[in-house]
Amino acid sequence: MTNQTFSRRKIMGLGGAGALAALPLPSFALSSGQAEGLVNSAVADINGVIQSGASVNSMIRSFKGIFDRYSDTSYVAAYALGNDGRSASNAQKSAFADAFGNYLADKYGRRFNEFAGGQIQLQGSRTVNSYIEVRTLAVLRNQSPFQVDFHVSDRPGRPVFFNLIIEGINMLLSERAEIGAMLDARGGNLDTLIRDLS
Amino acid sequence: MSYSILNKLRTGCVLLAALALPACAVQQPGTDFNDPFEETNRSIHAFNKGIDRAFLRPAGQVSAALPEEITGPVANFADNVGLPGMVANGVLQGDIGGTATNTMRFLINTTVGIGGLFDPAGAIGLGEESTDFGETLSVWGVPEGAYVELPVFGPSTQRDMVGIIVDMVFDPLDHVGTSPQIDYGTGARVAGLAISRGTFMDTFDSVLYDSADSYAQARLAYLQNRRFALGEEPPVGEDIDPFSDELSLEGFE
Repeated sequence: MTNQTFSRRKIMGLGGAGALAALPLPSFALSSGQAEGLVNSAVADINGVIQSGASVNSMIRSFKGIFDRYSDTSYVAAYALGNDGRSASNAQKSAFADAFGNYLADKYGRRFNEFAGGQIQLQGSRTVNSYIEVRTLAVLRNQSPFQVDFHVSDRPGRPVFFNLIIEGINMLLSERAEIGAMLDARGGNLDTLIRDLS
Repeated sequence: MSYSILNKLRTGCVLLAALALPACAVQQPGTDFNDPFEETNRSIHAFNKGIDRAFLRPAGQVSAALPEEITGPVANFADNVGLPGMVANGVLQGDIGGTATNTMRFLINTTVGIGGLFDPAGAIGLGEESTDFGETLSVWGVPEGAYVELPVFGPSTQRDMVGIIVDMVFDPLDHVGTSPQIDYGTGARVAGLAISRGTFMDTFDSVLYDSADSYAQARLAYLQNRRFALGEEPPVGEDIDPFSDELSLEGFE
């Protein structure tokens, strides 16, 4: 069922990419097919980790690897820190980006059991401004299916995720609010936050 | 209490609720949320967390440990008694498809589904088209109003608060429900809340107990999810584009 959906969408995506290439609209290099392919392979990698039966800590390390490989880690970290990052040194920014990746892998990786046995069904994709939104339906055990949109761009020169919208809830906005609150709780001390997130 | 007094009381409540709306403040440009009652809201949030810790979360843990054969029928019964209200709201919204689906669902599940304990309608593709009076107000063009956190009910907006009151006061189940539905409807809905709390245990816990500011996270999640469910556009500024130069990435790469 899922495989059929995937292959049909892939073919549609490739068709769409062909039509795009034929039009005199260059500069926008990322195709729907690439964006949907990214979702497919990330989902396959995550399922592989879940099915590996490794320990929770080992899985979290694997999720961090997947996050680094598939997402725009610099952009996501810069967005989460927002204006609080303006006065930070480059060394602090780089340390924050690394610590933030660990925090995300830990936060979402611990909840992998909710995704075990679940499916991500591709629904299609569309271009929004300079990125592609890939719409999927998450079908998990004991839950009504819900909508997950992956936002994909080629900002670093390859297709990467930079945001995730779950039933309308925007991950970057949530994380910016959360990081802001964590900083407030530490009197605005970025170094303490980096240490605590690492 | 005689029926006519009850009716007057109901009308009064609705008028009161309607009066609360003109107080809806307009969102200030440059502020993230329309939350003029934040201080009060935060106290209520702390109170609600206390209720969750003492009652709802433990009840959710019990429900999560129960077999699906027990919780399933309770959840089905609770969902089913909510359908007449959804049908009424569908009519008010002019939503012919949703009204038809919910009507068929209620009729099939109440009869073939043994009073609503089972969900044969869902099995033939008639899933619930969730709606409420808050959505009706949205369809009618009433603005969202300020964010409010209600005691026990949790995150809401002024518009949704009016919706909750109207849905409770004018529940058509009182007229079309079977006597078990009228007698046990409210109890089943409360149990349904515990079942949901159990099903989404990690999500609730993550927002309420693992975040640095659970009030801010609950507000953000509620407003975004509610607008999504109502098909409303997110406010300007929520569209995040990695190619915009609002954000300097220097140092992060």
